[in-house]
Amino acid sequence: MDLLSFSRGVGLKVAMAIFCLGVVWRIFGFALLKIRRDYNKPRESILKYSIGGLMTTMARSWPHREFIGRTGPGEALGYSYHLGLFAVVLLYTPHILFLGSLVGVTWPGLPSSLITIIAVLTLTLFLAVLFRRVTNPVMRMLSNFDDYFSWFVTMLVLVTGLAATAHVGAPYETLLAVHILSVDLLLIWFPFGKLMHAFYIMPSRAINGALLARKGATS
Amino acid sequence: MTDVLVPSITPAPPIALAPSITPAAQVAGAMKGFAQEIGALSAFRMESCIHCGICAEACHYYIATEDPQYTPIWKIEPFKQAYKREQSALAPLYRLFGFKREVTADQLAHWQHLLFDSCNMCGRCSLICPMGIDIAALIEQSRHAMFEAGLAPKELYDKAAHQLATGQPEASAEPYRDQLLAIGVKFNVAVPMDEPDVDIMLCVPRTDIEHYPTAVAALASVMQHLECSCTFRSDGLVAENYGYYAGGKDWQRDISLRLIDQAIACHAKILLIPECGHAYTALRWEAADLYGKALPFKVLSVTEFLGEELKAGRLKLKESTQGTATFHDPCQLVRKGGVNEAPRELMKAMKVDLHELENHGGFSFCCGGGGGVLDIEQAKPLRYRTVEVKLREIDATGAQTLVTSCSDCRRTFDDAQAHFSWDKRPQSLLELVASNLLDSKLAETGAAP
Repeated sequence: MDLLSFSRGVGLKVAMAIFCLGVVWRIFGFALLKIRRDYNKPRESILKYSIGGLMTTMARSWPHREFIGRTGPGEALGYSYHLGLFAVVLLYTPHILFLGSLVGVTWPGLPSSLITIIAVLTLTLFLAVLFRRVTNPVMRMLSNFDDYFSWFVTMLVLVTGLAATAHVGAPYETLLAVHILSVDLLLIWFPFGKLMHAFYIMPSRAINGALLARKGATS
Repeated sequence: MTDVLVPSITPAPPIALAPSITPAAQVAGAMKGFAQEIGALSAFRMESCIHCGICAEACHYYIATEDPQYTPIWKIEPFKQAYKREQSALAPLYRLFGFKREVTADQLAHWQHLLFDSCNMCGRCSLICPMGIDIAALIEQSRHAMFEAGLAPKELYDKAAHQLATGQPEASAEPYRDQLLAIGVKFNVAVPMDEPDVDIMLCVPRTDIEHYPTAVAALASVMQHLECSCTFRSDGLVAENYGYYAGGKDWQRDISLRLIDQAIACHAKILLIPECGHAYTALRWEAADLYGKALPFKVLSVTEFLGEELKAGRLKLKESTQGTATFHDPCQLVRKGGVNEAPRELMKAMKVDLHELENHGGFSFCCGGGGGVLDIEQAKPLRYRTVEVKLREIDATGAQTLVTSCSDCRRTFDDAQAHFSWDKRPQSLLELVASNLLDSKLAETGAAP
């Protein structure tokens, strides 16, 4: 079995299995803990605070007017590289074909040249994110192995993908195999670190937003 | 505002309550206390943090000092560490690879400063988190663990213990009951006491009894104006809950029970919380959980009650001669309690020329005194540094007066006024209402603001 066959065969299957089991394990790890009943009478109806929760999922994607002066640049950086990643993962035709083989549907992609530009920009933003994490005193204090390793495995996928697209440094099959191996690594690491926030972000916003809205509090 | 050289904010050595508590017992107590707090929701909140540090930008302690240790999510770090190491889905891996160390007594001792001296549980950080985490809720749970570790600040612990035993956070020359009745006599207003069957039970911040008797008189005067069937109860007078401040959950429950039992005893349909933000949180949003079932009466803050009475046409107000004013939104009442419109409706009815703060309503900065911080001696230098953020914002409105609806906020501003020789004194919204009743007795006696 050559490297490419391994990376997209056994390697990918094992990585996917660890990813799926790990995500379920991680979520069940807290979801099965006790849920306390709230006996305090809500200010709002269940419909109103459910809507409040849904609104919070959207509202937190944009800083409140009161905070934007202090957080705008950092949030712009954060959301920009996430958008770049989404574009590269979901709108690059070879990725669409691969994902289509898994989910059974495909969708239109962006031209390869445009995706390359987006990927390079995203890579630049990734470096800026790392620079910010090590130079900002608050972020540096909060950061641990998880933050840096999660950054590394995501960055690796981006770099190897660009190398494979540009055909630089090695035969295409080898570059593609290394790229898919980096994806395998990311999938394996995913449930163990902060990448899990991809699953948490919307429920977290919705639940906490609804609980605040239940009291009529600001959310 | 006069600039004053602010002393170093290095905290004094932490105050352990009982010298006999060993470091190992402190850690064990904290871990036990925190384990009792961990449920699906709090675990989910801790799992969700992405270490972005944005919460620092909402916190007045960080904004005033730029010191990273005041980042709100960092204030719960030992407990996040303990959760991940002991209870999370990946706990065995964290222990195996040593990613999360055991929490130490030294660490907890340092965190006393972060959890008590430098956090008012105001909840502004909970509004900025891109993951939507309610960080203030986690901080409250961490305070519970610190209490179990014997690391609640001495001032809060002592007052909580006193309140638990006697109903008053501190001894007084005369019992609060007698002081209340004396206030009634002084201001010529009826202070109903120990009525057996009423619609509304009243209580009072001890801050008002000790510092602002005019606010007590204002409450009585407004209730008289509205011809409410109401009473104070000798055995449940104090609104504040020092168990809540200190982090003693069982004590908080027992202190709340004192008021709950009295409200039930006098068949009250409403327990009216005076101008005290944390009392409102403790009774409106936490008491029923500690009681174990829904309360058999409504809990209303006096501000929202007056707002409802105004809307119903029973509260009749005249035009105020207040001039320009700005309003400080008490965090527990407005941001965390949802009483946003009522204070503004009341001021509008009195035609107060309101100049809003740059950060107002749910986004208002805390006064810096809430959550028991005002009572903690070693927190003073940091508190003065923090309140400057607020004072500058108030000055920038150009308003002549500052109005608020929380006695602790009022006292914090009064203290800052004395410290900085500030040119403003805070006023109570309740007193403003009382002095603008169409038949204001307070206005007649000259006690109104």
